Amino acid sequence: MSFSNLSLEKQSYKLQPSGWLRYLSFSLDHKVIGLQYLICGFIFYLIGGALASAIRIELTSPISDFMPREVYNQVLTLHGTVMIFLWIVPVVNGAFGNYLIPFYVGARDMAFPRLNAVAFWLIPPAGLMLISSYFITGAAESGWTAYPPLSITTPAAGQIIWILSVLLLGGSSIFGGINFIATILKLRRPGLKLMQLPMYCWAMLGTSILVVLSTPVLAGTLILLSFDIIANTGFFNPALGGNVIVYQHLFWFYSHPAVYIMVLPAFGLVSEILPIHCRKPLFGYSTMVYSIMAIVVLGLVVWAHHMFTSGTPPWMRLFFTIATSFIAVPTGIKFFNWVATLWGGKISLNSAVLFSCGFIVNFVLGGITGVALAQVPFDIHVHDTYFVVAHFHYIVYGGSVFVIFSAIYHWYPKFTGRLMNENLGRIHFLLTFIGFNLCFAPQHWLGLNGMPRRVAEYDPQFAFVNQLSSAGALLMAVSTLPFLWNAIRSLFNGQIAGDNPWNGLTPEWLTSSPPPVENWIGPAPLVKEPYAYGVNKKNQNLDLNESNESTSPNQ
Amino acid sequence: MGGLWIGQNVNLLPIEASANAPVYDELFRVLFSIGTILFIGILGLVIYSLIRFRRKPGQLSDGIALEGNLPLEIFWTAVPAVVVLFIGIYSYDIYDRMGGMTPLAHGDMHTHNSATTESKIWGGIGNASEKTGYESSIASLPIEVTAMQFAFLFHYPEGDIISGELHVPVGRPVSMRMESNDVIHAFWVPEFRLKQDVIPGQPTILNFTPTKPGRYPVICAELCGPYHGGMRSTVVVEDPNEYQTWFNKNAKDETLKT
Repeated sequence: MSFSNLSLEKQSYKLQPSGWLRYLSFSLDHKVIGLQYLICGFIFYLIGGALASAIRIELTSPISDFMPREVYNQVLTLHGTVMIFLWIVPVVNGAFGNYLIPFYVGARDMAFPRLNAVAFWLIPPAGLMLISSYFITGAAESGWTAYPPLSITTPAAGQIIWILSVLLLGGSSIFGGINFIATILKLRRPGLKLMQLPMYCWAMLGTSILVVLSTPVLAGTLILLSFDIIANTGFFNPALGGNVIVYQHLFWFYSHPAVYIMVLPAFGLVSEILPIHCRKPLFGYSTMVYSIMAIVVLGLVVWAHHMFTSGTPPWMRLFFTIATSFIAVPTGIKFFNWVATLWGGKISLNSAVLFSCGFIVNFVLGGITGVALAQVPFDIHVHDTYFVVAHFHYIVYGGSVFVIFSAIYHWYPKFTGRLMNENLGRIHFLLTFIGFNLCFAPQHWLGLNGMPRRVAEYDPQFAFVNQLSSAGALLMAVSTLPFLWNAIRSLFNGQIAGDNPWNGLTPEWLTSSPPPVENWIGPAPLVKEPYAYGVNKKNQNLDLNESNESTSPNQ
Repeated sequence: MGGLWIGQNVNLLPIEASANAPVYDELFRVLFSIGTILFIGILGLVIYSLIRFRRKPGQLSDGIALEGNLPLEIFWTAVPAVVVLFIGIYSYDIYDRMGGMTPLAHGDMHTHNSATTESKIWGGIGNASEKTGYESSIASLPIEVTAMQFAFLFHYPEGDIISGELHVPVGRPVSMRMESNDVIHAFWVPEFRLKQDVIPGQPTILNFTPTKPGRYPVICAELCGPYHGGMRSTVVVEDPNEYQTWFNKNAKDETLKT
């Protein structure tokens, strides 16, 4: 049996500390590791948010007056790096992936529990190293893209620490990706077919393929860049005959798929959350699966749309315009399917649903500006301006971060056995949604009218709109407070949730809250239709007590 | 309909000061109209669903057990595909009218650039090694641009002028050959709707035809160091007589003065 190796693992479970100390230990339990990712990621989110606040304070006035210009560049570099590599990627993949995937495939843990723990424990030291570089040597100043020759000519110590941190975080990501692929493909409960898996499994399978294919390219590129900095090689240094454009190709070969590494899992989570609260099946399961895979394939061949002004030849621009535009098709299918999932449902308007619907609205706007940006003539005006800043915050914040909050409200009762306060949750949503749109919608106009990105000073005519944007940022910062209070207080005072407060049919709800160490006391349930909601349909195909001898493993 | 009205009547762009800008703005209005219609449509559907299908107090039943609808799914695969295809073809046309596809379409025929200036109002942007056309196009004004931390220098080979401010006569095509001395910069004039990176070791070119006299900002759009935000210059578009006065005052080579 595929679980035979777990008898060995049981020994190590007994050696783990119990209670909250588990969360500071080298635990092998996928649920503990998932929550470790989530809490660690949230701490880095607060740090990244503080950095964002510093940027918005600087930009309330057109002159550079809040911090020195070098420090401003360090702050924007750290903000981007922390939010991408230490908050969104680890949380949408590591946190929810580790917690949910073993439940969804009917396993008792991930395929490689020790690799899993290693993958998590790479993150805190890498993150601390990155943050501490600001205090010790001065952080990297060349943006999260680290384009040479700027990254070669700025102070070397901060840049090298940045490279080292990103390499460690990339390694963690690759370990996680391998683990998810192995778990989803090889650890499925016998009798469970691929096309019966909850949608988040498909999203994680697609994402992990992207992680495993593209992250090593980034690692190799950054190693070459570090040689240029410390050993005076000339891979990307034009003074020594290097080519700076090659770096951009290699960098974006990872960093565009990185966008899908941040949003595909979010797509998967929304597909889990909406059907439960709408009491309807997920609309169009198979088209959802195909569109995820289409996004994975197309996502690998669109990177040069970040380089339309880099002197790329016309044929290349044409190709990448077409490839990028066509990503809108599978993405569009997913959004229409979610709207169709809402249609005719019995929707509970709780915090989880509000954040998911906020995600749909924000992401559609980000997607529309994305199709526009894919058009070469359009991009040539707004590339590297605040229009692009607005666009990608609509994707990664309005998209991924809204989904993270939705998912926290949705699975908090599973994590803790208690519900979060709904009124505080609705206040949190309203503040976040209004603050977010107030912060980023005006930035479209700024970019169209001549404000480039990554500047500490700007034309005074943009002062008012920047202050508007900063007011929105303030609202976003304030919105964190009701959430934090809610999450901490509910841990002790929240209403007792019971095992299945939302009447969910996916396997994580078919056990106690919080679940036991090996997920189920008895055999794992076989859930062939995870979305069998709807009148006259409920529980029809749910076979809780079927043991695993009668059906053979499906491949 | 509302989206169409907004798309056609809300202007979010600065003034048009190059031959390329009206073409750009046409594309912008089309994209803005389509985008607004789609956005308002989906926003409306989500809000309508949340109100119409919200759970009323006391309701305990499930929604309808609708797992999918193939014709509907084919329909909303086809619609975005058609829209995207239309946008792609349309933006290709715009790009071609701006002259962006000239090297691809005409291959070695770039020596006839001056003959095609009516249809190709803008010579496009790109890598200098691909296009050497500007040297042979008689009508255009050649300028060599050097970018460095944190300034642009404009060199006019015709009069051997070096200037920190870009002066160009209205109506005459300009061909700029750009190279950086240190890190990557970008040359951007929002009123021209044009941008091109200025790269060390790889000369790039940028062609445009200014159409409206005035002073417009030249902005560096690629993070280039601490003073990146302050790396700005001015492009002065003036009528040919004023330009000639400026040129004569500054030209070092007396024989070129007219």
